[in-house]
Amino acid sequence: MSQARTSVARPSSSLQPFRLAEGGIVDRSRVLLYSFDGAPLQGHLGDTLASALLASGVRLTGRSFKYHRPRGILSAGSEEPSALVELRRGDRREANTRATVAELYDGLVAQSQNRWPSLRYDAMAINQVFAPLFVAGFYYKTFMWPAALWERLYEPAIRRAAGLGRAAGGPDPDHYEKLTAFADVLVIGGGASGLAAALAAARAGERVILCDEQAHPGGRAIDDGRMVGGRPALDGVLETLAELSSDPRVRILPRTTVFGVYDGRTYGAVERVADHVAVPPADVPRQRLWRIIAKRAVLAAGATERGIIFADNDRPGVMLAGAVRSYIHRYGVLPGRRAVVFTNNDDGMTTARALATAGGHVVAVVDARSVSAASAATAPAPPPEGEHLLGAVVVRALGGTEVSGALVRLASGEERTIACDLIAVSGGWSPNLHLSTHLGGKPAWDDAIAAFRPGEALPPGMTAVGRAAGVFAAADRPYAITPMWQVPPAAAKGWRKPKAFVDLQHDVTDEDIQLAAREGFDHAEHLKRYTTLGMATDQGRTSALPGIAVLSAHTGRSLPETGLTTARPPYTPVSIGALAGTARGAHFRPVRRPPTYAWARQCGASFVETGLWLRAAYFPEPGDRDWYTAARREVEAVRTAVGISDVSTLGKIDVRGRDAAAFLDRIYCNTMSSLAIGRVRYGVMLREDGIVLDDGTAARFSDGHFVVTTTTANAARVMQHLEVCHQTLWPALDVTLASVTDHWAQIAIAGPRARDLLARVVDRPFDIANTAFLYMAAAEVGVCGGTPARLFRVSFSGELGFELAVPARFGQALMERLLVVGADLGVRPYGAEALGILRIEKGHVAGAELNGTTTAADLGLGGLMSRKKEYIGRLLAERPGLVAADRQVLVGLRPADRSARIRSGAHLVARNAKADAASDIGYVTSAAQSPTLGHAIALALMARGRERHGEIVRAVSPLTGEDVEVEVTSPVFYDPEGARLRG
Amino acid sequence: MRIPCPHCGERSLEEFTYLGPANPARAVPEAGRSALPAAGLDEAVTSTYLRDNLPGWVTGIWYHALGCRSVLLVERHATTHEIAGARLARARGVAPVARTGIGDA
Amino acid sequence: MQRYSIVSLVREALRGHVGWRPAWRQAEPKPEYDYVVVGGGGHGLATAYYLASRYGKARIAVVEKGLIGSGNVGRNTTIVRSNYLLPGNIPFYELSMKLWEGLEADLNYNAMVSQRGVLNLYHSDAQRDAYIRRGNAMLMHGVDATLLDADAVRRKLPFLDIDNARFPIKGGLLQRRGGTVRHDAVAWGYARAADQRGVDIIERCEVTGIRREAGRVTGIETARGFIAARNVGLACAGNSSRVAALADLRLPIESYALQAFVSEALKPFIDCVVTFGAGHFYISQSDKGGLVFGGDLDTYNSYAQRGNLPVIEDVAECGMALMPRLGRVRLLRHWGGIMDMTMDGSPIIDRTPVEGLWLNAGWCYGGFKATPASGLVFAHLMATAAPHEAARAYRLDRFATGHAIDEKGMGPHPQLH
Repeated sequence: MSQARTSVARPSSSLQPFRLAEGGIVDRSRVLLYSFDGAPLQGHLGDTLASALLASGVRLTGRSFKYHRPRGILSAGSEEPSALVELRRGDRREANTRATVAELYDGLVAQSQNRWPSLRYDAMAINQVFAPLFVAGFYYKTFMWPAALWERLYEPAIRRAAGLGRAAGGPDPDHYEKLTAFADVLVIGGGASGLAAALAAARAGERVILCDEQAHPGGRAIDDGRMVGGRPALDGVLETLAELSSDPRVRILPRTTVFGVYDGRTYGAVERVADHVAVPPADVPRQRLWRIIAKRAVLAAGATERGIIFADNDRPGVMLAGAVRSYIHRYGVLPGRRAVVFTNNDDGMTTARALATAGGHVVAVVDARSVSAASAATAPAPPPEGEHLLGAVVVRALGGTEVSGALVRLASGEERTIACDLIAVSGGWSPNLHLSTHLGGKPAWDDAIAAFRPGEALPPGMTAVGRAAGVFAAADRPYAITPMWQVPPAAAKGWRKPKAFVDLQHDVTDEDIQLAAREGFDHAEHLKRYTTLGMATDQGRTSALPGIAVLSAHTGRSLPETGLTTARPPYTPVSIGALAGTARGAHFRPVRRPPTYAWARQCGASFVETGLWLRAAYFPEPGDRDWYTAARREVEAVRTAVGISDVSTLGKIDVRGRDAAAFLDRIYCNTMSSLAIGRVRYGVMLREDGIVLDDGTAARFSDGHFVVTTTTANAARVMQHLEVCHQTLWPALDVTLASVTDHWAQIAIAGPRARDLLARVVDRPFDIANTAFLYMAAAEVGVCGGTPARLFRVSFSGELGFELAVPARFGQALMERLLVVGADLGVRPYGAEALGILRIEKGHVAGAELNGTTTAADLGLGGLMSRKKEYIGRLLAERPGLVAADRQVLVGLRPADRSARIRSGAHLVARNAKADAASDIGYVTSAAQSPTLGHAIALALMARGRERHGEIVRAVSPLTGEDVEVEVTSPVFYDPEGARLRG
Repeated sequence: MRIPCPHCGERSLEEFTYLGPANPARAVPEAGRSALPAAGLDEAVTSTYLRDNLPGWVTGIWYHALGCRSVLLVERHATTHEIAGARLARARGVAPVARTGIGDA
Repeated sequence: MQRYSIVSLVREALRGHVGWRPAWRQAEPKPEYDYVVVGGGGHGLATAYYLASRYGKARIAVVEKGLIGSGNVGRNTTIVRSNYLLPGNIPFYELSMKLWEGLEADLNYNAMVSQRGVLNLYHSDAQRDAYIRRGNAMLMHGVDATLLDADAVRRKLPFLDIDNARFPIKGGLLQRRGGTVRHDAVAWGYARAADQRGVDIIERCEVTGIRREAGRVTGIETARGFIAARNVGLACAGNSSRVAALADLRLPIESYALQAFVSEALKPFIDCVVTFGAGHFYISQSDKGGLVFGGDLDTYNSYAQRGNLPVIEDVAECGMALMPRLGRVRLLRHWGGIMDMTMDGSPIIDRTPVEGLWLNAGWCYGGFKATPASGLVFAHLMATAAPHEAARAYRLDRFATGHAIDEKGMGPHPQLH
């Protein structure tokens, strides 16, 4: 293994003093201007924010969560726990963005987080003084007295200190989209192993999707500046990408992170389509969610380096050794000029050489391994300069807001201060096995690499390769790790003792872990919850294993025995916008528009959401005081002349077949088989538990053809109910079912002049006279000169009423025609509000009464329940609780003082009772001001209600401050004899 | 999750509605039987409300709501979510495993 | 007994925190107890604590198959509230609310009970009416409730998309006393308090059998041997059917996975718990800054503590509909817990046909908020063999008698509750 040529550190520009003159995949000809905390800076195309900051010599990038300690850039990838910034501004502000993955673009604006008044002088750093109090779990032990102060004082103070970055100021201006894709092979990770896997699969003719989380695939082949066969590995990467790109069966997705594994070989991935530009072009989504269904998956996600725990190891300038190589080889940036490399494995040597080759000065390689362990390795090349201190450790990182030196303890025990501006730490590599565990697989411990690797039980179809599988020992580069997790701390105790961090973002120290263990939280899962170790935005990528190691050292239980906590998806954090995709704003849910929607809109109708439907609520006219003025006018039209209303939202199901009648007999609690052809019958169907499922009508058009209607809300549920009953209970019945809700526009025509109006559209010679077309009749007719239609003589309003159904595409035309031909009859359209008032006046039940807890008997429909046949729900409807005498049953209410109003949702109590739970005897389900009666009316469910007609009770609504005396009545307020609808 | 519909091929979870386990005999007495013996109610309560609900392989009733509207019996592992297969609930030769456990009238 | 206070914290800080002792002992099982509670979650630990503290019982053990607090008490979205509709539920959840209010003093453990309010939004007249009915039921039971109109909601939570293009927010029902509690701390607090009263907490002790003689329970077989007990209480929601099957019982329960979600930590901007009314979505912000949110059940029975993309996407969609600024907020973690879904959406706290075997199950996804009351009434039941007055409705035979407590009116379809 040798390294690509990287030239000596020589500033390419005075503004980028740490930029190397050559090397890396940045385009030095493209200068990008950006700002960090208001300071104007510059970098190059191909930089990340982190590499550009390092090139400019900016080390201090943020403050820590709890102690507000200065923090810098630890890594060069998505594992970054520390260098988090607020990227962009205003509505595009992205909190907690890892500078190490944020690609630089011209005009980028970034700000540091969690500091006040400034990053360099953060007043909250005072917290460090109280650090001895702020240990793991301290809040469980205090802030308890006095209790009232928790919400008023303690918690607000905690919340003021909480969080890192700020969420965007307003609605996300960018858009997102989703795609579903299928592949034979999904390759997760575009490093050397992933590229090889993709190439092999592609050459075998398979459909391949290759996802790489970086802008440029290549992984550590680029980061390490590897040479392969005398050529830079990058050349090979480019050739492979070129071959893959030319294959139409291969899709390469850079900037795409596979974040989760789900059932059915489904993988979730997010492609950052336009995060590398200031503002996405209008036709480009910011990010795209991929749902990838892959027969096989190759986990080639590489590995993550971890540090070694020592005092003040969080100081800016302490960096992972592999990241140092990434900055040199991928970005052409030298992260420090005087470096100490601290390692427990041979990989540290590689970094030392890379630094030296790039022109950095490696003052010392502090090698924690003993002389024998290090020399037993296959001859790691000594660093070209500086000292190789075997058996030595870095005890403490020295400096202020940046590293200025390392306190090193030699094998002899002697301590020495070495001046440096970079401490590159290699504590070993942990395979990125997370995706292998999402479906429950357990990682396996591997002593050879001192890390967990994917276990035996991988998700179906998944194979792990390369570093992700724990395969490090390429023939030319042995790894030779001797685990060293933590440098034994100095003896100092108490207030002045320096801290050694395990989880940089959550400020979890070695002592926090030991304290947790002392208090009994000595299992990995308990530890995580008690200390929040590994719960930060990096999900413990760099800290979980070191943390477990500290615990293991404390408890004496081995590392494999201690175990890792379960890795939860997503692998790296995913924007909620990407998961939501296009379903936002007006597109949150699909809109269902009744056939006359456009017409109603032209009429200026106000609309109301009914499930997904947008129904006309009322049709306002100039001068209307409020919605009620319009609704009252519409009610009056129905009661005195004629009204028309689009009722197409009611579910409509065609039931056909030899056994259609027998089938419906089993579905409805009342009998349908006795229904004559050309007749309609009201029906109630029960759930299997005896509660009302839905009500509606069934019309019989022939021996084996019924048309069933359902309520708007239950249309899909009833359809499902019928299908399931048919297919599972009685598959031998000759019945076919078809939902025809969307196929027919159905217009209600109601009012004393309804027949007059109808006569003007129904084709002759069909006779709609009262004697010929009786109440509850149904027929297939022609309208408007040959348009096929279904006519039903049914009434929801209590007036003479018809419902006329025509193919949906004629709905609007029919509506318009009716208005034109009925103008002299006083015809008016009416909407859902009027419909609601009309049905309450008539005492018809609707959604508020069919609320899933009422029986047919509760609703006054007990008489429908046949005693002569079996039907769904019959048996369980007989349970004592469902036939108890004190059940709440449907009643009507009218205010004792007729000018009073009744509140829907009010509860009922006896006239002299307190408005409390013990007195509660029912509640108002629906209420309206009746234009017809001139006072308020309501439907209610009331205990023993049928015995109480005539009684005065109170409708109380303490929530809205109302308390009204009401008289209990029959629920039918209007035309109880039904003379009008038969007229 | 992906369910192999015998009519439509393998389709994603969103298209299906799970309706419960197929094993419990549920609550509808045979059509045409008019008497309601006391045991009938107990049986109906048991079959409607009680469940084995154990981990391991289960046969579930699934409705292909956004597909062919077939009701399927799907063999699935309750812990791993592995799916062994799906068949039509109404297919000939399949015992009426249905929600209510009664045979055809 | 080690008391927690600012004084003890400072004292320990001065000596490097070396004096803290384990919050609970690692107890070894004894051959016999008077009371064994199966399940070391919030409910089981609370039951043991109240058996000892309120009912003066001794010789109590909690047996847990894994680690205490590793089930749903640590997997929920931390919401507490008592804004129920039906008379069978309100007194129970209000009892729980009152116990939450006194929890820290009771346990000497700060579980961060934070009464920041729970706001249920409504988007239609029908929803408003339903919330008025609910709010009135709450007030008539002595529970606080306030109805907010759209302007009041806007003032309280200006970042909501009040004028949402699809389902505008018309108002909300607020329970000010509702809020959140640091969930893990509830388990630890009860464990520590129970331990201090002599309860043996036995972890990694899976129950493998329930021994009975002549219709009476005599003890449990466990991974760590037989433990004799005349009273065995099952408090293992999520696994109730499995454990009850050891006593040949079939329950009106089916298990489903419910997912929960947390975002990266953000500077706090969501003060209270908010539930969306036009989709299944609820959200709050933790004291650490993470947005904690959840949605609907995964729609199929499951014993896997994880879910699938459809619900994840649905939850994100609802989040965006409610707060379009969430687009650039990142989901940090999602996970799942197994819910005992009952046939009416309400729990079961009752005796079983096996004498001495008591059942506390069926918490659907309302278990966390119920923790203190569940423990108290279950302790009452086990100690007195009579139901606590706040839990009389939670009978096992209510399905046979037709007395379901069905808040949502969905019937015997557990996935719909």
